[in-house]
Amino acid sequence: MHWIDGIVQGVLLGGLYAQYALGMALMFGVMKIVNVTHGDLVVLLALIGISLANVAGLGPWAVLATLVPIGAALGWLLQRALLNRVVGDDPLPSLIATFGLSIALQNAMLVIWSADTRSLSGGGIQQASIALGPIFVGVLPLIVLICATVLTGGLDAVMRYTRFGRSLRAASADVEAAAMVGVNPRNVYAAATAIAVGILGFAATFQAMRSTVAPADGPFQLIYAFEAVIIGGLGSIWGAFAGAMILGISQAIGFRISPGFGILAGHLVFLAVLAIRPQGIFQRKA
Amino acid sequence: MTPLLSTHGLIAGYGDMRALHGIDLSVNAGETVALIGANGAGKSTLLRAIMGLLPVAPEMIRLDGQPVGGRAPHRMVREGLAIVPEGRRLFTGMSVEENLRVASEHAAKPVAEPWTLERVYTLFPILKEKSRTPVENLSGGQQQMVSIGRGLLAQPRILLCDEISLGLAPKVVREIYAALPEITANGTALVLVEQDVGLAQRASHRLYCLLEGRVTLHGSSAEISRDAISTAYFGASHALD
Repeated sequence: MHWIDGIVQGVLLGGLYAQYALGMALMFGVMKIVNVTHGDLVVLLALIGISLANVAGLGPWAVLATLVPIGAALGWLLQRALLNRVVGDDPLPSLIATFGLSIALQNAMLVIWSADTRSLSGGGIQQASIALGPIFVGVLPLIVLICATVLTGGLDAVMRYTRFGRSLRAASADVEAAAMVGVNPRNVYAAATAIAVGILGFAATFQAMRSTVAPADGPFQLIYAFEAVIIGGLGSIWGAFAGAMILGISQAIGFRISPGFGILAGHLVFLAVLAIRPQGIFQRKA
Repeated sequence: MTPLLSTHGLIAGYGDMRALHGIDLSVNAGETVALIGANGAGKSTLLRAIMGLLPVAPEMIRLDGQPVGGRAPHRMVREGLAIVPEGRRLFTGMSVEENLRVASEHAAKPVAEPWTLERVYTLFPILKEKSRTPVENLSGGQQQMVSIGRGLLAQPRILLCDEISLGLAPKVVREIYAALPEITANGTALVLVEQDVGLAQRASHRLYCLLEGRVTLHGSSAEISRDAISTAYFGASHALD
């Protein structure tokens, strides 16, 4: 029962990681950009959300409803102002640009919010749990997991069945050929990053509710997103979801082996996948 | 009469390397124009420059007499240009129908008789059969048909075709060339880059021969002699310039 509980808690934790990983998988899949600011954007959105809750008295769901469009706008702006200038066959320019922006963002957040850790009040939902047989499941992690599943399914459906999704996949396969049939790559890219960062509005709200955030936390969120995406297979939407689950379960089981071993267990599974199956477990066919 | 498409002293290249040294070319509505020339003569570069894939000055390319040079490819599509690119350049991981739909969903304002998926399937019946197949699983000829269909669904007034017979069996080439009259029937102009000079001559109204980035010959395809072509093609007269 100890281990089943570990797996269940791991899946729930994976729900949060999936919300980090989805946007990263989308951006990599479409533009081959590894966005180093990914984690910092989670923290930035979380801090904005916490300030909104404190200043305007917004409840957690109102914060969520505000952060998603703010995230989408930020993503659109990030792509238009910066990433469209560095996107291309060479992955290095975008890596350097987002690395620099990451440092700048962390310092800017430090100036605005100081180094204090903060969290978002959930109005008691953080403590609520329900019993599934002998296992107790937190209500908040369950909501997080459901949101992550719906977001993954929704994003996958958009990619498969909509005009926008087709233009994204076309640009991902051959951006010049997509432009030759009338797709404007800059618009498609801006929309992809808007969606990626919009999803981080969910991740930011839930991260701030279930734990704490501080301006320097971004790199930790980045590494979880990155590991989930690598485990699942770069660029695959459901692969990122599955990778997040594997990462969450590894950490939860590692934590039960020894409390200090949890995070490390996740990293070890990541390294093992990288060594044995570097293309990722669920990489879609080329 | 103002030609549908014209280039004026078109200069283009890749980085420091200039591949075209002042090309003057014109294409009228409903006309089929062939571009012939040896490898490296600049035929593909010319099509890429017209399509907006290479930087050029505005007045070097005109549509209906209006300067449009230097616009991005997706804006050229809106102006009524489409290209069947060298190497087909299909969207891998997507089905035949999805490849076609990307084009139809971003098309220029439709012409009189717009191209539809159904019309493309009538033109190339095998594509209907394979509509759900990922394009990477098709034969070379079928892939070329998808690429042509994709170009047509952009509703072009001018379709640029870059070596559509390359690497295909003679039977498939005949099949594809047999479809061309259907394409030009409603006024769409064709620009064909073709390695096979005989085929280019038979399929076109006029032809241009390029050599080292310059036009060495142009005229009515039916009237140009084989000798004139071979001189222009291989450049025996080039030294006299």
